[in-house]
Amino acid sequence: MIVFDQIEKSYQVGGKAIPALHPTNFAIETGEVFGIVGHSGAGKSTLVRLINLLERPTGGSIKIDGEDVTHYNASQLRAFRRNVGMIFQHFNLLSSKTVNENIAFPMKLACIYSKTEIQQRVAELLELVSLSEHATKFPSQLSGGQKQRVGIARALACRPTILLCDEATSALDPQTTQSVLKLLADINRELGLTIVLITHEMDVVRRVCDRVAVMDAGRVVEMGPVSDVFLHPQHPTTRDFVFESENIDSLELQQDFKKAKGRILRLTFKGESTYDPLLGSVARKSGVDFSIISGRIDHIKDTPYGQLTLALVGGDLAVAMAALEAADVHVEVMN
Amino acid sequence: MEALMQDLLSNVDWVEIGIASWDTLIMVAMSLLFSVVIGLPIGVLLFLFGKRQLLEQPLAYAVLSFVVNVLRSVPFIILLIVMIPFTVMMIGTSLGVAGAIPPLVAGGAPFFARLVETSLREVDRGIIEATQAMGANVRQIVFGALLPEALPGIIAGVTVTAITLVSYAAMSGVIGGGGLGDLAIRFGYQRFQTDVMVITVALLVIFVQLLQMLGDRLVIHFSRK
Repeated sequence: MIVFDQIEKSYQVGGKAIPALHPTNFAIETGEVFGIVGHSGAGKSTLVRLINLLERPTGGSIKIDGEDVTHYNASQLRAFRRNVGMIFQHFNLLSSKTVNENIAFPMKLACIYSKTEIQQRVAELLELVSLSEHATKFPSQLSGGQKQRVGIARALACRPTILLCDEATSALDPQTTQSVLKLLADINRELGLTIVLITHEMDVVRRVCDRVAVMDAGRVVEMGPVSDVFLHPQHPTTRDFVFESENIDSLELQQDFKKAKGRILRLTFKGESTYDPLLGSVARKSGVDFSIISGRIDHIKDTPYGQLTLALVGGDLAVAMAALEAADVHVEVMN
Repeated sequence: MEALMQDLLSNVDWVEIGIASWDTLIMVAMSLLFSVVIGLPIGVLLFLFGKRQLLEQPLAYAVLSFVVNVLRSVPFIILLIVMIPFTVMMIGTSLGVAGAIPPLVAGGAPFFARLVETSLREVDRGIIEATQAMGANVRQIVFGALLPEALPGIIAGVTVTAITLVSYAAMSGVIGGGGLGDLAIRFGYQRFQTDVMVITVALLVIFVQLLQMLGDRLVIHFSRK
């Protein structure tokens, strides 16, 4: 478990302290995929670099499995960093080393592995990221997705328990992003690794994260399970992110609301109820008619969900709403 | 035709030219070796002590940078003369091939150190960060990541330094340094033997061309980008 206790960071610029991260408290559970989402400059990059102390906090402490890592001396810190893998937006592979050598690099730096151990582990990792046939190539000969796979293999070389992902898919095309995210999810499941992932794309969070923190101007403004934050965003920044990821234009939405007749409801289904033929039966029972203004049916990690905005006219509205709520559908009245 | 050549190059003593070429080669090779051996660590330190770098040390950087700048701002012809007492102290003479090497290194090493510093700065900061995140110490970052990544740039720096040393070595002929420069001054300049001058210049041009070609090939060989 990673516990941030009143952790803060400010930079000295021209004799003045500019805060990058205001005092923050929260915890990341062991084995979860934790997303940190925010615009550039929101402080998410600082926050993730505080975990492996690439950035030194100016206040507070970070406890990892109960141990305060902010007081480590240089050699303790180096040993600790081997337990925290990291992957980057621009991969940061050594261009002068082959794929093999790049993956072996952290093990060589550790000076505790024998040659055969390193060889074995590298072969194993190449298999894991399906790059075995590219072992002797140089990074410049690989595609972006392949480079990030090398980055992942390298990050896992010393068998860390935490993996930090700094915008790991932001430089990749949508298809490659999918396959890299799938790989991260597999790793999380199979190795039980804690993954902390920062991104500016809510879609990445939706696909792989268990919980998410939304950051704005150096503060965590909203945090919770992805399904809650994603389906019922509270903070304006979170709403922007969700709208953006669903291609919702909030102005257009307002106009749709004005044009529609009757009561506008937003229904949110989660889990198996997504597949139930509910709307028809509710309409028959209550005598209401409905038109669909907008809607989306998709998955949050492995959970199916649906979110529909309906305009209801006629019939008995109270009966309809009661029937929906009885079926475990979250109902919001929008006008 | 042969007679014409004989006539045109009547003053050229080919044995003398051969010896002088060899001397120049030795002066350049030895001074290049010492310039690299001394300049490389200074360049690495300049980089590490620099602003926002791994071992940020403003004072140490300022001192080192000042010394390098002083040596680089003194025109080489003056440095040759200023160095005479030190050269005599170090190797007993300021003349000949051996006597030319200390001032050549004094000119070449700081020049190369700056080139090393520049090529290290070209290395993507993300690579340093990634290596740090793997738990590397400064020595491991320098030898495991920085120097291998900057190798093509450093080789290009060695080439530029070698070529500069060819011209410096020729200049050292003014204070009795030996080699092609010495020949050009004693025969070409002081005895008005234009043919000797032309031959020495031609040889220097060929020498520089060969060095540049070799350097470029090595850079390509070690570039993985």
